[in-house]
Amino acid sequence: MGQLFHPNANAIAKISIFGGVFIVAALVWAAAELYRSPYVTRAGDPISQPVPFSHKHHVSDVGIDCRYCHASVERSSFAGIPPTKTCIGCHAILWADAPMLEPVRKSFQTGDPIRWKRVNYLPQFVFFNHSIHVNKGIGCTSCHGPVGEMPLTWQQETLHMRWCLDCHENPEKFVRPVEEVFNPHWKPPANQLEQGRKLVKQHNIKKLNDCYTCHR
Amino acid sequence: MNPNVPNPSTDAAASHSLLPRGHTYGSVTEKISEVVLTTRTPWSWLFGFSVGFTLLMVLMMAVAWLFYRGVGIWGVQVPVGWGFAIVNFVWWIGIGHAGTLISAILLLFRQEWRTSINRFAEAMTLFAVACAAIFPLLHLGRPWVFYWLFPYPDTMRLWPQWRSPLVWDVFAVSTYATVSFMFWYVGLLPDLGNMRDRARNRFVRVLYGMMAMGWRGAATHWHRYKIAYLLLAGLSTPLVLSVHSVVSMDFTIGIVPGWHSTIFPPYFVAGAIFSGFAMVMTLTIPVRKIYHLEEFFTIRHLDNMAKVLLATGMMVSYGYLMETFMAWYSHGKFEIYAVINRASGPYAVFFWAMIACNVLAPQVFWFKKARQHIPTLFVISLVVNLGMWLERFVIVIVSLHRDFMPSAWAMYYPTIWDWATLFGSIGLFLTLMLLFIRFLPMISMFELREQVAEQTEKKEAPR
Repeated sequence: MGQLFHPNANAIAKISIFGGVFIVAALVWAAAELYRSPYVTRAGDPISQPVPFSHKHHVSDVGIDCRYCHASVERSSFAGIPPTKTCIGCHAILWADAPMLEPVRKSFQTGDPIRWKRVNYLPQFVFFNHSIHVNKGIGCTSCHGPVGEMPLTWQQETLHMRWCLDCHENPEKFVRPVEEVFNPHWKPPANQLEQGRKLVKQHNIKKLNDCYTCHR
Repeated sequence: MNPNVPNPSTDAAASHSLLPRGHTYGSVTEKISEVVLTTRTPWSWLFGFSVGFTLLMVLMMAVAWLFYRGVGIWGVQVPVGWGFAIVNFVWWIGIGHAGTLISAILLLFRQEWRTSINRFAEAMTLFAVACAAIFPLLHLGRPWVFYWLFPYPDTMRLWPQWRSPLVWDVFAVSTYATVSFMFWYVGLLPDLGNMRDRARNRFVRVLYGMMAMGWRGAATHWHRYKIAYLLLAGLSTPLVLSVHSVVSMDFTIGIVPGWHSTIFPPYFVAGAIFSGFAMVMTLTIPVRKIYHLEEFFTIRHLDNMAKVLLATGMMVSYGYLMETFMAWYSHGKFEIYAVINRASGPYAVFFWAMIACNVLAPQVFWFKKARQHIPTLFVISLVVNLGMWLERFVIVIVSLHRDFMPSAWAMYYPTIWDWATLFGSIGLFLTLMLLFIRFLPMISMFELREQVAEQTEKKEAPR
């Protein structure tokens, strides 16, 4: 009986055993990396809006407080998206004829709200409450990133559950004095851990890492 | 046909030996490999396959509907949250115990009667484990995220709950499946080489050649093969005992009356071997008839298996007895009620049927006549399979449906989808088993040749 396989087949067999382990491992690794990348999470991806609203301009150049527009953030689970009236309060006088603001004026005249696109999307099975975070000393920028430097707003973080738990398990690394919560330019001090531990005690912050804290 | 092939001997002639005299290396190999290499498929195979495949399609439909609608299509409710899925899981995984026991433990104890049935029993084990493994997955509310049960670098920082028996099951069953597969495949290698050399069609030759992984039968190959096989046997042996012990802990960890008992691990292992041997018997009896393999699957094999059935059946009966005794001895109101409810509650008929199947039926194997009477063996093996399914029904459902608070009691009624999944899994099993019989040598040819050699040596050795 003739030779069934070419002698090269031995090499192929050996490579396939090696590949069975390493190629599969590489594929799994690539899939895991892709899942964490901005390509999937959309972190760092500026979202185009019906009106090109710039947080950079309104927050850093003009110096408007977060709560002027996101008025319910201290009392409600939802930070609040401002009604068109809030925009018109200033823009009836300032840039009142700017073509860029045409959708705002139209919305004010017709009463149809501006259809802003959501930037930070949490799935419905997660209960997130803004007020408790803000009142216990978690600043806006801790989760939303340097909003004062965003011409168009983007989602800063992955919003993976692992990211939530990073803080829920070690709040002292992120917590800040309550009066600094709305400071968009706050940087953690050199002694953050020390100060953080003090604040955790002061505000009675507990490690809330039970499933039912967020999945009720 | 090779002229060396002897006429199929009668059962009577073969009754006391494992291999009839007059077989040569060539005749053994020819007889077994021809089952696969022939182009003629027996009509009974086609009939069995069409039944199996139809049932497999029923399973597919039931699973598709389950994925679409969720576990609500089953009869599960509060308090019977486990239902048929867990009954079937434990039943199948129990059946999957005979293969490794026959292959590994009997190998280590040098029981040479294992040789003809080990390959067949191992294949049965693999397919039974495959059937078992689908049930806990289907029973998950969201089966598509089953991989959350493994410790892997996730984005949620979830880590398996090591105190949960579900996680133990994942590791026990996946280890068992992996080791059983390796054991079976390594045992197949020399025969795959043989099939490659005997195949008449180039495509088939290349296929078997790839599967044989370059087996040439060189002395180094045999040397390494023997070491690897023995090591794998050593690895599998503790698994025979551990896997079903872990499965039994799914129950004992719970405080439900009728579950919370220390006898469960050994009692489950005995039950597993009991049901596994019954299944081997159920399958070998028709196969030996259809393929005229009576000279390899001899009466002595069936006789030995019947003895194992009798012994393990007695162990299982002892388990039932002890459960009852411990309930009485504990003075626990709820434990006592659990026993009374089993024997006289709304599901009493299942309990008494179980006693009839598992305790009474195997008693006929005290008699040699029964152990060597094929129809009796076949019927009793089916009865034991049924009985062991009933046992799991009694444990899972009858314990759950009435626990501590009468206000929380409820009846469990399986739906059509429960039945479809159960019979569908039998279809999956039959399909895989028949494909195995058609495409791989179902008896280890090289081990039989070894037996031929030993027999010849015995004959020729001066006394």
